[in-house]
Amino acid sequence: MDAKKLIACRAAQELKDGDVVNLGIGLPTMIPDFLPEGIHITLQSENGFLGLGPLEGEPIPNLVNAGGKPCGMVPGTAFFDSAMSFAIIRGGHVDVTVLGGLQVDQEGNLANWMVPGKMVPGMGGAMDLVTGAKNVIVTMEHATKDGGAKILKRCDLPLTAAGKVRSIITELAVFRFFDGQLVLTETAPGITLEEIRAKTEAQFFVSPDCHEMCLPASVQ
Amino acid sequence: MSTPCKRIKYAELRPRFKDGMSILFGGFMGAGTPDGIVREILESGVKDLTIIGNDTATAVTGIGVLVANKRVKRVIASHIGTNPETGRQMIAGELDVELVPQGTLAERIRCGGSGLGGVLTPTGVGTVVEEGKTKLSFDDIEYLVERPLRADLAILKACRADDKGNLVYQRAARNFNPLMALAGDYVVAEVDEIVKAGEIDPELVMTPGILVDALILAGEK
Repeated sequence: MDAKKLIACRAAQELKDGDVVNLGIGLPTMIPDFLPEGIHITLQSENGFLGLGPLEGEPIPNLVNAGGKPCGMVPGTAFFDSAMSFAIIRGGHVDVTVLGGLQVDQEGNLANWMVPGKMVPGMGGAMDLVTGAKNVIVTMEHATKDGGAKILKRCDLPLTAAGKVRSIITELAVFRFFDGQLVLTETAPGITLEEIRAKTEAQFFVSPDCHEMCLPASVQ
Repeated sequence: MSTPCKRIKYAELRPRFKDGMSILFGGFMGAGTPDGIVREILESGVKDLTIIGNDTATAVTGIGVLVANKRVKRVIASHIGTNPETGRQMIAGELDVELVPQGTLAERIRCGGSGLGGVLTPTGVGTVVEEGKTKLSFDDIEYLVERPLRADLAILKACRADDKGNLVYQRAARNFNPLMALAGDYVVAEVDEIVKAGEIDPELVMTPGILVDALILAGEK
């Protein structure tokens, strides 16, 4: 089972028909491939448009996504400037933002924009998105490449925003924040609670309704 | 009737280039950046620039070539990760980089050109972005006071202009351009096409011509 596909597939199930969604670079951009039947979303792009679609045929000049890569657009697309783009983002007009994470902690803090001394790409639009979107979902692999925990008691990397994360989806589990508490709500097929505990530093509750992720056979 | 917008050639910009000057540039990963004007800046030899815009593109595209050729001493941007040269010079202490959340950057520039003393934003509260800034609280929400940005020169890219300087941008190339048009002491737009006044539907004008000091037809020497 491919971890990234599993995460993208599970994250796609979080989206509702009609949602305005901003997807971060990397794994989140795989989500549209896994949308359940009948769910249609509008994608918002930081660089100033609503109506992002997949690239079909040859690249069209100045039709690029927030990563600067050629993309497509759907009928009804709207272009606008960066102030409008971030009025939409900060003003609560984006229903869901899905972003990657370097660390998330049990207070709902997210760190995903820099590793001091090593990687300082800048926050781009991430701080505004996490501050302003109605629902913030972090999709990431559960542990670092060295097996270190990423879901922590307290982030030690510089934060993207404080206390804004609503859900965390990994290849092992789904966590949600309820009243400021981190709660395990789903486990991936074949994954035990012990394994999740071993790979999670944060303190979390286990929901009485905790159940196995319901995934289509294609990603299992 | 207002006077026509001055039409110039790239070389006529040179007297405006001064070592240490500040430049606002339109564009997002190079889309919407006036590559011909950037080339003119590069070839002029002007240095110690402060550049203000969304990102530093790559070492060989957009504004990024000015960084790669060491013409820049300070960058104010939201993202530098796609141009390894920006990060390298920053870590080596050769380049001062101020990272600003993208929405905050847009608003600071809009303020700079709109007669506003700043903007209150919740973005950055509880992060390193709040360091050294005034915080205000209204209705139990904390905001940072973010101050305006302006520059000596603003460089824009548009697909179409009329001879009054009214601008139309193409697709996602609009991005920061309309904001930069507000906040430069001198504003120049590189455009793919210049038409007579009246040939752009007034309803479709994206940047009013009075904000634009000069037009350059892209590629015209």
